[in-house]
Amino acid sequence: MLKKKFKVLSVVLAVSIAAFSLAGCGKSSSENKSTEKVVNLFTWANYVPDNVIKDFEKKTGIKVNYSNFATNEEMLAKLQAVKGGEYDVIICADYMVQIMGKQKQVLIQPIDKSAIPNYKNIDKAYLGQYFDKTNKYSVPYSLGSEMIVYNPDKVKKDIKGINDLWDTSLKGSEVLLDDPRSVIGMALTKLGYSINETDPAKLAQAKEELTKLRPNVKVFDADTPHTSLINGDTSIGVMWGSQASAAIKGNPKLKIVYPQDGMQFEEDNLIVPVKAPHEKNAETLINFLLDGKESSKVTTSIEYINVNTAAKKYMPQELLNNKAVYVPQEELKKGKHLEDAGSASKEFDSIWSEFKQQ
Amino acid sequence: MESKVLRRLERAYVILIFAFLYVPIAIIVIYSFNATKSNVVFSGITLDWYTALFNDDDVITALINSLTIAAISTAISAVIGTVGAIGLERQKFKGKGAIDLLIYIPIVIPEIIMGISLLVFFSALQMDFGILTLILAHTTFCIPFVLINVKSRLAGFDMSVEEAAMDLGASKFTVFRTITIPLIFPAIISGAMLAFALSLDDVIINFFVSGPESTTLPIKIFSMLRFGLSPEINALCTIMLLATFVVLILSQVTKLKKKKIE
Amino acid sequence: MKKKKVDFTKILTIVPISFWMLFFVAVPLLYIVFISFMQRGNDGGIVYTPTISNYTRMGSALYVKVFWDSIVIAFVTTVFALGFGYPFAYFASKIKKFKIVIMLLLMAPFWTNSLIRTYGWIVILSTSGVLNHALIITGIIKEPLKMLYTYGAVMIGMIYTMFPFMVLPLYNSIDKMDRAFIEAAKDLGASRLKTFRTVTIPLTMPGIVAGCILVFIPSVGLFFIPDLMGGSNVMLIGNLIRNQFLEARDWPFGAALSIVMIFLSLILILVYVKIIGKNSDMGVF
Repeated sequence: MLKKKFKVLSVVLAVSIAAFSLAGCGKSSSENKSTEKVVNLFTWANYVPDNVIKDFEKKTGIKVNYSNFATNEEMLAKLQAVKGGEYDVIICADYMVQIMGKQKQVLIQPIDKSAIPNYKNIDKAYLGQYFDKTNKYSVPYSLGSEMIVYNPDKVKKDIKGINDLWDTSLKGSEVLLDDPRSVIGMALTKLGYSINETDPAKLAQAKEELTKLRPNVKVFDADTPHTSLINGDTSIGVMWGSQASAAIKGNPKLKIVYPQDGMQFEEDNLIVPVKAPHEKNAETLINFLLDGKESSKVTTSIEYINVNTAAKKYMPQELLNNKAVYVPQEELKKGKHLEDAGSASKEFDSIWSEFKQQ
Repeated sequence: MESKVLRRLERAYVILIFAFLYVPIAIIVIYSFNATKSNVVFSGITLDWYTALFNDDDVITALINSLTIAAISTAISAVIGTVGAIGLERQKFKGKGAIDLLIYIPIVIPEIIMGISLLVFFSALQMDFGILTLILAHTTFCIPFVLINVKSRLAGFDMSVEEAAMDLGASKFTVFRTITIPLIFPAIISGAMLAFALSLDDVIINFFVSGPESTTLPIKIFSMLRFGLSPEINALCTIMLLATFVVLILSQVTKLKKKKIE
Repeated sequence: MKKKKVDFTKILTIVPISFWMLFFVAVPLLYIVFISFMQRGNDGGIVYTPTISNYTRMGSALYVKVFWDSIVIAFVTTVFALGFGYPFAYFASKIKKFKIVIMLLLMAPFWTNSLIRTYGWIVILSTSGVLNHALIITGIIKEPLKMLYTYGAVMIGMIYTMFPFMVLPLYNSIDKMDRAFIEAAKDLGASRLKTFRTVTIPLTMPGIVAGCILVFIPSVGLFFIPDLMGGSNVMLIGNLIRNQFLEARDWPFGAALSIVMIFLSLILILVYVKIIGKNSDMGVF
C-alpha cells in the first residue's frame, strides 16, 4: 500500500510540473477562434432561460458557453482584466453601460443593426435612454423596477409610497434591498431630491432621514427579499418585480404597490465587448433573443418586464395580469433611473456604512 | 475503569452533535422533493427536480469541473503542504520566518482581494483563464490547511523511532516513507478533507480566475440567487451526499473483507 | 551522516513550498500593498499618485467599530466551536473502530454547498419554519419565536460552518496523544480534573492552537453568514471590503483595509501562539 502512495505522489508531482510548463504556452489557441461554432454568453445565471438556449443551439448549431456573474461590478473587473476579450455577448445593467462608456480603454464595440433585423421589435419607449442615446452600443433585453410589497394582515396602514416606510408603526418589520443606491435613493426621494444627487449637503440630509428609518428595518436582502416576507419574519418590503412576483406566489395574500413618487428602474442591455472572439455568432444570438416568441419565453421564465412588441401576442394572460411583471407605461414615465455616482461614490459608501452600524 | 453511564453520556454527546450537523442537511434533502420551486413552503412530493438535474448539461458540467479542480488541487496541496510542513517544522534556513508568515496569508486574506490580485497576476502573465488558473488558485488557498494540520501533528513528534530506524541503516527516504508518513497520515487526510470542502465551495476566487468555458458549481449557485434557488440544486446536494455515503460504506465493506481474509 | 544527503532533503522539503508561496502569494500581496497607497479616480479607476489617506481614513470611529465587530464575532465563534468541539473530538477519538468513518461523517455535510446549507437553517429557524411548527404543535409555545435575523441565529450559522475546522485538528492531536500519560497520572492519584488540566490539555495544545487559528482567522472575514442569517444588519470588515470593490469602486481603500486586516490577523496569531504555545513544544515561531 505504501508503494502505491509513493506512486500517486510522484504522479501528482509530475502533473504539477507539467502544469507549470503549460502556463508558458497559453495563447496558442486564439487564432482558430473566429470560425468556431461557439458563442460566449456572460450574465446572471438563468437570466437567459435553458429552453431558449436550447432553441438557439438547435436552430443555429452554435454552442453557448454560459458564464455567470453575481454583480455588475464583478463583471466589469473581469472584463477589464481580459481587456474586453473572452466574452461575446454580455447582459448587464444600464448604469454599467454608462460606466463602460466612460472608461479610458474602450471595452465595448458598436453593434451592427443591419445584422440584427429583429431590432425593430424593440418597443421604442425603451430606446434612446440616457446612457446610450442612439443605442449604438446597447440593445435593451429586459426591464426591472423596485416596488413595495406588504402583508395587509399585518400592516394596517394604507401604503401608497416610499414615505410610508418611515411610519413608526412599522418598527422592526421591514425588508429593504441590501443596496446603498436603492435605500439612500429612498431617502433622497422623500426629500424631493434626485436619486443621483451628488451635492454633499443634500446627501447629509438624506443621512439624517435614514437615521429615522433604521429602527424599522429588520432585514437587508438583495438576493431573496421575498423569503422573509413569505416566512412572516417581515411584513413589508421593497424589491424588484421578479422577487415581488415570487412573493405573491409564496403567499397570495400579499399586496403589491407601485410607489406613488415613481419607481427606480433598471434596464438590462445586451452589449458586445470590443475584442469578442466570435462577433458574427454574437450578432446571431442577439437577433435570436429579440425574436418575439423567444422573448416571450424569456419573460415567462424570468418574470421581468418585457420590452419587445412582437412578444406580446405570445405572452400568457396570467403574465399580462401580473402586477409585478406587467408594469404600465405611465409608471415608466414617472420612474427614476439610476446613474453612476461618480465622485460621490465615496460619500454614498460612508453614509451606507454608518447607516448599517446603527 | 470508566463507568458505563459516563460512556453512554459520551456517546450520546457525539450523536447529538452529529444530529446538529445533519439537521439542515435533512432539510435540503426533503426540499429536493418539493413540488414547487420555493425554498420556503413545502407543497408536495415530486421527482421532477432529479429529472431536470440529469437533463441540465450546464449544471452537470459545472459539477464535473468543480470536482476535478477540487481533486487535483487537494492532491497537489497535500503533497506540497506535507513536504513543506516537514521542512518548516524541522529545518532551519534563511527566510524561514517569512515563509512561516506567508503560509497564513491565504487564510487571512479576504477572498475578493485574493481573487482580484490573482486575476491581475494571471492576466499579466498572459495566461488563458480556465481550468489551469482555477487549479493554481485553489491549490494556493488549500496548502495552508494541510500544512497547518500536519505541522501541528509533527509538533512534539517523537523522533526516536525515526532515529532508531536510521541507526539500523534505513535511508532518509525509506524512513520518510515507512515511518513518518504513516504516523502523520491522519493529519494529511484531515487537512485534505478541509481543503476539498473549501475548494468545492469557493465562489469569489473562482469567479475571478475562471474562463468562459470553465464554469464551476458554486458560481452557478450563487448567481442563481437573483431568481431564487431551484430545488434542482437540492437534488444535486442530495446526490452528492449519497455518493459520499456510498464511498463510506464501500470502504468499510472492503475493510471487513480484508479482515476476513487475514 | 554524509553532508550531501542532508542538503538534498533540505532542498526537497523547502523549495516547493517556498516557491509556491513566493510566487502565488507574495507577489499578488505586493500588488495589493502598492494599490493601497494609490488613489481612487473619479470614475472608479486607479490614479497613480501616492497617498496615505486610505490608511488615515481608517482611524475614524466608524471603521474602528467595523473591525471590532468582526473580531468579536470571530472570537465568540472560536470559543463556542472549541467548547463544543473539544468534547466531541475527545469522545469520538475514544471510539476505536470507525475512525475514517467518523471523519467522513463529519465532513460529508461540508461537501455540500454552504449557501444551500445556510438556507436549510433559514427553513428551520424562520417564523413559519420547522422548529416553530414543532414547538407550536407540541404546545410548548403559542406564538412563533422570532429566531431568525438575530445575533443568536448568526452565531448558530457561524459555529455550524466553522465546526469541522476546529474538530479535525483537535481530533488529530487528541488521537495522537499517548494514553499512557493519562494512566500514569491516574496511578499517581491525580483527580480527573487535574489530569485533564495538567496532562491532556498541554499534550493536545498544538491541536487547540491549530483549530483556533483555522476558525478565528477565516471568521473575521466571513460575512455571508451574518448577512443571510442576521439579515445583513451588521457592517463587518468583509462587507466593507466587498463594498469598496463592488459598490464604491474604491480599490485603493479596499486594498488598504485588506492590508490592515491581514496585519491585525497575523499579529493576533503571533500573540496567541506565543501565549498559549509557551507550554507546549510547538516551536512554530
